[in-house]
Amino acid sequence: MPKMKIDGVEIEVPAGITVLQACELAGVEIPRFCYHERLSIAGNCRMCLVEQEKAPKPIASCAMPVMENMVIHTNTPMVQKARNGVMEFLLINHPLDCPICDQGGECDLQDQAMAYGFDRSRYHENKRAVPDKELGPLVKTSMNRCIHCTRCIRFATEVAGVEELGATGRGESMEVTTYVEHALSTELSGNLVDLCPVGALTSKPYAFEARSWELSKTESIDVMDGLGANIRVDTRGAQVMRVLPRLNDDVNEEWISDKTRHALDGLRHQRLDRPYVRRAGKLVEATWDQAFGAIEAKLKGLDGAKIAAISGDQCDAEAMVALKDLMTALGSPNIDCRQDGAKLDGGPRGSYIFNPGVRGIDSADAVLLIGTNPRWESPVLNARLRKRYLAGHCAMASVGPAVDFTYPVERLGAGPATLRDLVDGKLGFFEKLKAAKHPLIIIGMGALAREDGAAVLALARDLAEKLDAVRADWSGFAILHTTAARVGGLDLGLVPAEGGRDVAGILAGCEKREIEVVYLLAADEIDTKRLGKAFVIYQGHHGDAGAHRADVILPGAAYTEKPGTYVNTEGRVQLGQRAAYPPGDAREDWAVLRALSERLGKTLPYDSLNEVRARLVTVNRNFAAIDQQAAGSWGMFGKAGTVSDAPFVSPIANFYMTCPISRASKTMAECMASRAQLMAAE
Amino acid sequence: MASLDRTARAFLLTELVSGFALTLKYMFKPKVTVNYPHEKGPLSPRFRGEHALRRYPNGEERCIACKLCEAICPAQAITIEAEPRDDGSRRTTRYDIDMTKCIYCGFCQEACPVDAIVEGPNFEFSTETREELMYNKDKLLANGDRWESLIAANLHADAAYR
Repeated sequence: MPKMKIDGVEIEVPAGITVLQACELAGVEIPRFCYHERLSIAGNCRMCLVEQEKAPKPIASCAMPVMENMVIHTNTPMVQKARNGVMEFLLINHPLDCPICDQGGECDLQDQAMAYGFDRSRYHENKRAVPDKELGPLVKTSMNRCIHCTRCIRFATEVAGVEELGATGRGESMEVTTYVEHALSTELSGNLVDLCPVGALTSKPYAFEARSWELSKTESIDVMDGLGANIRVDTRGAQVMRVLPRLNDDVNEEWISDKTRHALDGLRHQRLDRPYVRRAGKLVEATWDQAFGAIEAKLKGLDGAKIAAISGDQCDAEAMVALKDLMTALGSPNIDCRQDGAKLDGGPRGSYIFNPGVRGIDSADAVLLIGTNPRWESPVLNARLRKRYLAGHCAMASVGPAVDFTYPVERLGAGPATLRDLVDGKLGFFEKLKAAKHPLIIIGMGALAREDGAAVLALARDLAEKLDAVRADWSGFAILHTTAARVGGLDLGLVPAEGGRDVAGILAGCEKREIEVVYLLAADEIDTKRLGKAFVIYQGHHGDAGAHRADVILPGAAYTEKPGTYVNTEGRVQLGQRAAYPPGDAREDWAVLRALSERLGKTLPYDSLNEVRARLVTVNRNFAAIDQQAAGSWGMFGKAGTVSDAPFVSPIANFYMTCPISRASKTMAECMASRAQLMAAE
Repeated sequence: MASLDRTARAFLLTELVSGFALTLKYMFKPKVTVNYPHEKGPLSPRFRGEHALRRYPNGEERCIACKLCEAICPAQAITIEAEPRDDGSRRTTRYDIDMTKCIYCGFCQEACPVDAIVEGPNFEFSTETREELMYNKDKLLANGDRWESLIAANLHADAAYR
């Protein structure tokens, strides 16, 4: 622990950090453009100059390691003059674009120019002009504004793992470019916009739409994948304008995927804003009273066994517990939250969560991916895996689809047969896993959402036992969910009760007319044709597959429009806040179910959000610990049996459209087209 | 003694005479009122009257939708919405001023980086209904076109002091 003196204050700092980090520990803010905590050090903007005693020149603090007895000054005239000089050089070629620049108001250069800029220019030559680059449908470029900090290049190369951005030329003629013009092929490209300290890279879908000072900011949770990334939702009036990441080192660090960030224009289209009732084959607008009346008439005197409910992939826990309670009250055991048919039956909690947590990836030293493509199932988690790969000494292998993970992964095979070989120790990788201190087995839905899913799960469990991967100090058994509601659903027991039917059973029952009423809680990923002649109640926020088939539509709220509790794939309970109000007559989902229950004479025992949340805690104590990951219990689960030879296939065939919101999004459609073009070019 | 003095003045009508004298004096002085609306008083180049959105001489509108005027407006009278125009430039799709809210402080024209929104010399825009005072972009641009020569002259006259 070297001791050093910063602005006259003595401080002891950890060895190996840089002077800039030491200054931050001492509470001194150093201006910077190129330095970023999560990227490698470049040291090329020179804004972070500080004075070190006995050094002949100012030093770049971001690139200078701390040493014993260093004396640093950050507020001397020399430092001020050095920074003023750097700022003047940076501004020489920076256009006076601020009024038309989307970064205006939240621009690092703007802010720091207030502190270190000169009020007029001494440069009378022509400014540099650089042609703009085309980086795809999400990132808009204005390369005149670039100050060559190379954050974008380092992000693409290091975090995203696509070595597509680079710089050509040097000095004034340096240009950040993709060499051959093409769209970026990463699912994390939106983060480039956040990283750019100036307005050179801005968001294309958000171009010129709003100013940062007009937006009200709400902290919330993402529901586009199972990771539950922490987000900030920016709204203007009733409209969600953009989604930005929030810092949470335990979950998403400070990255979010393009779907999380840009699917929000789907929230403006195809919305269900009032109840509908099907009359003579046509859906007609109705009042809440009429819609409830239609449901009441249908359910009156109906046997509970003939009623079924399926909850969707983006539901909040409040709505799910209300649905479960309503179904119990109606005497129906047929309820399921696993639209894809994943063979996870809510056994011991350790069997269906990502036990080591996302942070656990950092300490894993051998990783096995089973039937998953994390790049599409959870791009941010994939970036974490890549970070682990970059840290070195981590063997990685995959049993499943042959895909580009953005880091080298040894592909052992395609299907369950390989997994069985691995369990039997016939493959060389078994030894690597065995030798590892912290082996990590990640099982995706591609391995579990199939007929023999339970057998595959049992195999994976065997492997974990054999490797001693689940013990007191380490649990390396990790299920990677693709949906935001799944863990919450399993926690609340939204699986068929004794003698109940699961999704496949419900659909089969509908075809055979054994099920007469199906309640779809924002469930759109099922084959709605198989609902047969059943009376379908759809409660949700988008006119997607479920609503098309519905006989009664009850408009609900999307994730930005309700305070909701979500449990991510790690089993971490997180709270999302309401950023805007639902459109028209739409209401929060648990409230709709509560109102319906009263009409059906089975009034649910809660009237306020707090009471619902209290009910959540009653059902599962884990819901009391917000933002924490409760350790998963271990036990017997899965069902040993024969496995088929069919290869594992990732459940996500199209990253950009996986839910009603992203399917309604124009931006996501553009991304898809752009990606298809990119694939065709290759 | 004082009462005698007062009585004497009352009988000699001195107050009446001095009053008439004053009136007579002003009959020969230049008059200070103007015959509005046929005559109008002088206006400073800094006069802050009705708003106008200006154009460049080639007909291109000046406003670039930076929203600084909207941000600074203390009465929150300005509403702007923007999006990229077909040629990719930043333009307003909506520029409304609620003239019933406006307090004519002139901050908007101070904030404008391109001299697009200005408070022109016109102060005669009273209307019969409230609705007519909700100005939209067309109305403001029309104002700009109508008053351009005067506005430009005023800006020029005042430029030296800014």
